[in-house]
Order: sequence, then structure tokens, then C-alpha cells
Amino acid sequence: MFTSTMFASILPEVLILVLGMLVLIVEPFWKEEKRRNVGWLTAGGLFVAMIISVLFGQPGEPTSTLGGMIRFDWLGFFFKMLFMFAAAATALLLMDNDKVGHRGEAYLLLLASLLGMNLMAVSSDLVMLYLAIETTSIPLYILSGFMLNDEKSTEAGFKYLLFGALTSTIMLYGFSLVFGFTGTTNLYQLTDMFKTGDLPLVTALGTMALILVGLGFKVSIVPFHFWAPDVYEGAPTPVAGFLSTASKAAGFAVLLRLFFVAFSGFSVSWTTAFAILAAITMTVGNLLALPQTNIKRLLAFSSIAHAGYAMIGVVAFSQLGAASVVFYLAAYIATNLLAFGIVMAFSKVTGLEDVKDYAGMSRRAPWLGLMMLAAFLSLTGMPPFGGFVAKVFVFAAGVQAGYVWLVIVGILNSIIGVYYYLNVLKYVYLYRMPNQDEENHPIPLTRPYAIALVVLVVGVILIGTVFAPWFSWSDAAALNLF
Amino acid sequence: MNFPVLSVITFTPMVAALIILMLPAQRKNEARGVALAAATFALILSFWVYLTYDQAAAGYQFIEKYSWLPALGISLHFGVDGISAPLVLLTGVVMFTGVLISWGDDDKHVMAGIQDRPREFFAFLFLLAGGVFGVFVSLDLFMLFFFYEIAVFPMYLLIAIWGWIQTREYAAMKLTLYLFIGSVVSLVGVLAMYWLQYKNTGVLSFDMILMENAGFSQTFQNIWFLPVFLGFAVLGGIWPFHNWSPDGHVAAPTAVSMFHAGVLMKLGAFAALRVGIMLLPQGAHTWSWLIMLFAGVAVVYGAYIAFVQEDMKYMIGFSSVSHMGLVMLGMSTLNRNGIMGAGIQMFSHGVMTALFFAITGMIYDRSHTRQIPELGGMSKIMPFATIGFIIGGLVSMGMPFFSGFVAEFPIFMGVWEVQWLVAVIASISIVITAAYIMRNIRQVFFGAMPEKLEGHITDVTVLDKVAITTLCLFMIVIGLFPSFMVPLIETGVENVLRLLGGS
Repeated sequence: MFTSTMFASILPEVLILVLGMLVLIVEPFWKEEKRRNVGWLTAGGLFVAMIISVLFGQPGEPTSTLGGMIRFDWLGFFFKMLFMFAAAATALLLMDNDKVGHRGEAYLLLLASLLGMNLMAVSSDLVMLYLAIETTSIPLYILSGFMLNDEKSTEAGFKYLLFGALTSTIMLYGFSLVFGFTGTTNLYQLTDMFKTGDLPLVTALGTMALILVGLGFKVSIVPFHFWAPDVYEGAPTPVAGFLSTASKAAGFAVLLRLFFVAFSGFSVSWTTAFAILAAITMTVGNLLALPQTNIKRLLAFSSIAHAGYAMIGVVAFSQLGAASVVFYLAAYIATNLLAFGIVMAFSKVTGLEDVKDYAGMSRRAPWLGLMMLAAFLSLTGMPPFGGFVAKVFVFAAGVQAGYVWLVIVGILNSIIGVYYYLNVLKYVYLYRMPNQDEENHPIPLTRPYAIALVVLVVGVILIGTVFAPWFSWSDAAALNLF
Repeated sequence: MNFPVLSVITFTPMVAALIILMLPAQRKNEARGVALAAATFALILSFWVYLTYDQAAAGYQFIEKYSWLPALGISLHFGVDGISAPLVLLTGVVMFTGVLISWGDDDKHVMAGIQDRPREFFAFLFLLAGGVFGVFVSLDLFMLFFFYEIAVFPMYLLIAIWGWIQTREYAAMKLTLYLFIGSVVSLVGVLAMYWLQYKNTGVLSFDMILMENAGFSQTFQNIWFLPVFLGFAVLGGIWPFHNWSPDGHVAAPTAVSMFHAGVLMKLGAFAALRVGIMLLPQGAHTWSWLIMLFAGVAVVYGAYIAFVQEDMKYMIGFSSVSHMGLVMLGMSTLNRNGIMGAGIQMFSHGVMTALFFAITGMIYDRSHTRQIPELGGMSKIMPFATIGFIIGGLVSMGMPFFSGFVAEFPIFMGVWEVQWLVAVIASISIVITAAYIMRNIRQVFFGAMPEKLEGHITDVTVLDKVAITTLCLFMIVIGLFPSFMVPLIETGVENVLRLLGGS
């Protein structure tokens, strides 16, 4: 029997599917030069879908629906909204990309991937989870290699595919072992079956390690990060932005549900392992970001570092920890999309992507310069931007759980971050163009960029100042894990 | 008291910053006008707070509390006591005078003030000012931190963009890294305090008034006092973490130097007192000897290094280290005289140093050099600035009838009570200070004017004179009528002493 709760639990996905089909139907009828308007349709459609979901698809008490495949709770719902927001922003940012923007299939692939992410956030069964992860990944492989004539893009797509296929196979092997040991694939039944006493520690750790390979690839923690810089650099920039935000957050959503719920029996062991991984991830990401000269590579390494910070909240293994991770991801999605959006708007006009090319940017476009300031200071972790509050919450969770050493590592890393983020701002604000004629080189923004960037910058500031509502949503989401 | 005066003071600069950013880029005078209006408004309000603070009632006043994030016990909780009220006034004064001297002079020979992108300059400066006000009035640790960081990062941009071209990149990065390291080190301590309070009392709150009674154990306080105190004291320029400060002063444009030395360094000392000593008093008792040692070294060493400087701004920068060392020295005594002296010294030094930097900036704008040997004869051309500098010099030396005396005398008395030897050694700094101030006055203002400066030095503008007068007024009034400030600060000191267990 198909009840209304079942329907509500997949309402956003249904809407996304409808939107995808609409895109598919409409696109061939539009003339080539008008096809970029598919972006308006996608972004607008997602916006409407979000409103409808909030009105009619809100979860109540956590319930299992659709034969135990889906968990209908606030954790999933909040993540879904985040993904849809990120996808809408990405659709806007795609529109004026010369090579990708006018091709309707790009938007369709984006929606397909979004569908997978939404399902990742709510899957409560290993089989469902695996399907969701693949649904997310495959469209992204194609999108990364979308610019067929561009060698770097092709390389990015292929690299991403190889890495992704390899890690997801290993993860699948881990899933099969879990099923072999316990006889169930349902995450919530695993809570009682996957625990000390029933399983030898080494076996459990080995299985979790296999699964972590796949998830670690998604959230790009060291040592599964090697793909990130090359893929970010080669892929179309909007896709890179989407990869570094929504895709990463989806990985964290799975990580939270899997480890907080299914593997909670071994929490003592995996928190220690995660603490070490988090420390290494932050350090490697930040240190490698230091010498970067290409802004997309710099953002790639910075996004690795940010995965490390967010991991501190996972390590804390507490309600505040989970809430801080969710909050961190919300702030990070807005911030990083903003950063990538500015990079896109800038290279759309200039065609350049090196940090040094940003010299004189604040004179060329004062407002774009200010947005860059907001984005990079938020990444640094300065108020009144979202990054500051998010970092404090994550650190607070770490200290609460007794991981003072990890927080200190995090703090040392933020200091490294200050250096290279401010270095970029130095180019934006301090240095000038070779001929000092910035007035003659303005950076005009097209409407989709303007809308997306303004929404994102307002989001970054709102998360950083009026943080109470965001935090209570994150907290409500986290509550569902315990 | 229904009018939320403290939040109005705090958010006035921030709102002004936004308005200024909205103006078109070429409307420079409008940007300056808005800046001046906002600064005047904030000054009037902070003066009003200062005057209407009820000394008989003491304690925290003008309290406002808005729940911000109840789940974690974060609230927008503002209030001032006898120690922070003068600092709020100080910020108002420095902000007002800082805008005046940054106004700029369209005369092509002078090019004083800020000519390049004044809109962004005032916006960043005011964001900083809002952060400073916020720290002084916050009674919530989280918010204190929030505003503290807001006050720190605009410095990078202000120095890197509008600073002295030769060292600005280096100095700005150095300053930011030092301050950021300091603040995040204290952040860990603050979080540790937060969770221990939760464990002890079951209340999840960043409220500092509650935390005063959290019952932190002796061991806990011993461990965390140093990171928290020193982390904040970095911004107060404590030796051996003072190195960023003179470099920052030198590279910064005039108004930013004024803010930096006049107000920002007080921010560090104030937060170290408020969070370090007041919340971890037992730790303060354990470690006061170390703070006294650091501060004592800073006082003498800073003065000596200032003495050998050729560059006027470096000289004043190191003299700030020395004077801020006196503030720390006063705090480290943990007794009534010392802390009271530290409170007055914070105000006195803030006004004095702002004045010094303002006048140095005026001279530099006109002569394009700050090397003391290359300057001379300024008294003939800018008599007004000369008088101002002399008054500032007298304050700096701690002459009676000026605010410096009112501040330094209790500090030395307090130190004597604890350890007479430190007082004796620290007092050497007074002699050195007198030496370099006198030398500077003689050479720069009364020496013979070098030939290459002849002709194109002009007098300071009217706005500069207003700024100088305002600053001098405070130093003289406090010197002649200590009752203008001393009883007020005493009420604040009482509270500190209560927390320290009375002495």
C-alpha cells in the first residue's frame, strides 16, 4: 500500500524527476541560442520544488518508509534542501558558461546527480545506499568530462571515473561483508547486530575501512583525495563547485548515518581512527594549498582541508558534534559555491584562472571584490561570515568530546589557512594591473551570475550572524541520529 | 533605561560602513561626511554612557540581553562596568579624531589623509570600530570573541592597501598571523571553560557573569590561565609577543595607527583582564609572577628600543610597547592600586598615542620622511601641532597635572606593594622615555629646518586642529581633575578584587 507518508518521504525526488523530464521535453523545442534558458527553468523549478517540499514534505517523527529503504527524518530533509539549493545555484552559474551553458543535457545530468544525492541522504539500507551513490556519481563523471575538446576536462572526467569506480567497488565489497556477517542490510537493524561481542574487532575495523574508502573518496579526505585537484581544475568550473560542495556534503550525510547509527557499536575504535584521519586531512590540505598558483587548485586543496575540519564534528560522536557537522556543511556550501561562482564570473570575462590574474580586481569590480572578500574570509573563519561560527561550533564539539589535541591541530591549520586565503585577497585588493588602467577593464556580471552570487553572499552573512535558526535545524537533524 | 544605547553604539559604525559602501565610488566627500556623522554620533553616545554611569550603584549597567542561540547559551548580552566605560569613550574619541585626520587635503603638495578609495577605507575602518565597541561592551564570551575577530581582520586590509608601501605587505601579514594565533589559542581555553562550567553547574551558557561563579578548580585554572591570558595579551603587545606591533604601526596609515595603538591594543589588555584574570582568578594568582616578569621586561626594553629608533613611528610604536607593558604590570599586581592604574593608563595611553600618531602622520604627509635626523623646525610652521606633541610628551613621561601621572603613579605603588625591586627597575623606563621624547621634540620641532624641506611644508588643517584639541583636552582634564575618571574606574576595580578574593 502506498501511503501519504511514503509519498511525502520522496516528494522532493518526485519533483526533481518531473523537473528533469520537463527539461528533457522542452529543450529540443528551443532554438540553439535560447537553450541557456534551461538554466532558468532548472533553477526556478528547484526553487519551487523546495517550497513545495517545505510546505508538504516535512518529516515528523522519524519513520522508515518504502520497505525500510528510506528513512524519513529531519536529517535527510535538511540535507535534501541543502543539495537542492546548491543545485539551483549551480544551474544559474552554469548558464553563462560558454561551453556547457547552452546544452540542455548538462542540466539534466545535474538533476540526475541531485536525485542521487537526495537519496543518499535518506537511504537506510545498504543496497539503496549503493544505488544512490552510483546515481550521484555517474552523471558527475560525465559532467566533469563534458568539454570534449578540452584535454584537461577529458582527463578530469576519466580520472574521476577511474577513481570513483575503484573506490566504489571496494566499498561495495565492504557492504557485502557487512551483510555476510550480520545477515541484514538495514542500517537501523545493524545497530544491534554490528557490535562488539558479536564480531571480532579486527573484522569490524577491516569492514569499516573498506567502506570508508568509498566515502572518503566522496568527501575527499586524505589519503583518498588525489583526484580532487586535477578534477576541479579540469572540470567545467560550475561542476567543480558542485563537486566540492553538494557532493561532499552528500558524502558526509552518508558518513553520519552509517557511522553514527549502523556502526555505533564500534564508536570507540572508529572515532580514534577518524581523529587521526581528520588531523592528516586538514594538515595535508592546507600545506598543499600553500604553493598553489591556480585558483581552482587552491580551492580544491582548501576543500580537502575543510573536509578535515568538518570531520572533527564526526569524531566528537555527540549530538552537538553531528549538529556542528551539518551546520558546517551548510556554511561551507554557501561559501564555497560563492568562491567558485566568483571564479567563474571572473574567468568568463577574462578567461584567466591564476591567482596573479586577480590583481586589481577590486578596482575593476568593487562589488565582486567585496564578495570575494566575504567568501575568502568565510573560508578563513572570520566573522561576521558563516565560516567563523561553523568553525567555533565544530571546535566546541571537539573540546566537549575531549579531543583538545585535535582542536589544536585544527587551529594550527586555520592559521596556515589565514596565510593563503589572505594572499589571494592581497591580489584582489592590493596589487594592480600592469598598466594600472583597471577602469578600462570592468568585469560585467550577467544576470544569472548576479542573482546567484547575491543570494550566496547574503546566505554566507546570514549564517554567520543570525545563526540561531540554522543551528536549530542542524540540531533537529542531529537529534535523529540518537 | 529602555533606550538600547550600547547596541546602538556598537552597530552605528557597522551600519555607517554599509551606507558608505553603497555610495558611488567617486563621491568621496559624501563618504567622508557620513563617516564623520556616524563617528560624532557614536562619540556623543559613548560620552553620555560615560557620564550617566551610576557610580554609586556600580556593577554592570546599561544591560541589554537578547537571546541569540539559546541551544548553546549564546546571547547578545551588553553592559558596561567601571573599567569598560572609559574604554568605550576612548574608542569614540579615537574614532572621531581618526575620521577628522583622514579627511584629506586636496592640496596637491600635501595629499594628506586618504585619497585612494576613501569609501572602502572608511567602511573597513568602521567595521573595525564596531568590533572594538562590541568587545568592550560584550558580557557574553562568544560575542566577545565574535567582535574580537571582527576587530582584527580589517587591520590586514587597512594596512595592506593604504599602508606605507615599503613594508605594508610584510607587516600586515605578520600582524594578522600574530593576532589570529593569539585569538585562537584563547578560543580553545574559552571553549574548555565553557564545557567545564556546564559540567560543574549544568548551565550551558557563555554568559561571563555566570562564569565568574562557575567554580573552576585550581588545577584547571593553572592550566588554562596562561593560554587565555597570553592569547589575548598578544594584542596588548606583551613582551615577547610584541614584535608585530611596531611593524604594524609603522606600515599603517595614520588613522589606522591611531586605532591600532590607541584602541586595539587596549582590546587585548581588556580581554586579558576580563577573561583571563576575572574568570580564572586562581590561575592569575599562580601565574602573576610570570606576567609581571614579561610586563617588566616590556616596560624597560620597549623604552630602550624606542630610544635608539631614528624613525618617529618606530619610536612611538616601541613606546607603546613600553606603556602597554605598564598596563600589564599594573594588572599583574592583582591589587587595588595596580589594577586601577592599569585602567587609567589604558585610557591615557590610548589618547596620548593616538595624538602622537596623528601628529607624526601630519608631519609625514608634508615632509615625506619620518626620520628624526632629517626633520626639524616644525614649530615655526605648525605651532599647534607642536604644542599638541609637547602635551603628549609630558603625558608620556608621567608628569604631574597630566593624565600620565594619574595612571602611572598608582601602578608603581601597586608594584611596590608586591615586589619593590620590579618597581625600581621599571621606573628606569620613565627616565628613558623622558630622554627620547625630549630628543624628539628638540630635533623635530625646534631644530633647524633642513634645506630640502624649506618652502613646501604647510600648516595643519582646521580639522587636524580640532582633532588635536580634542585629544589634548582629555589628557589635561584627567590630569587636573582625576575625579573625572578615578572613582569610576575604582567601581570596576572593586569587582575585579572581589573575584580575586579581596586584597
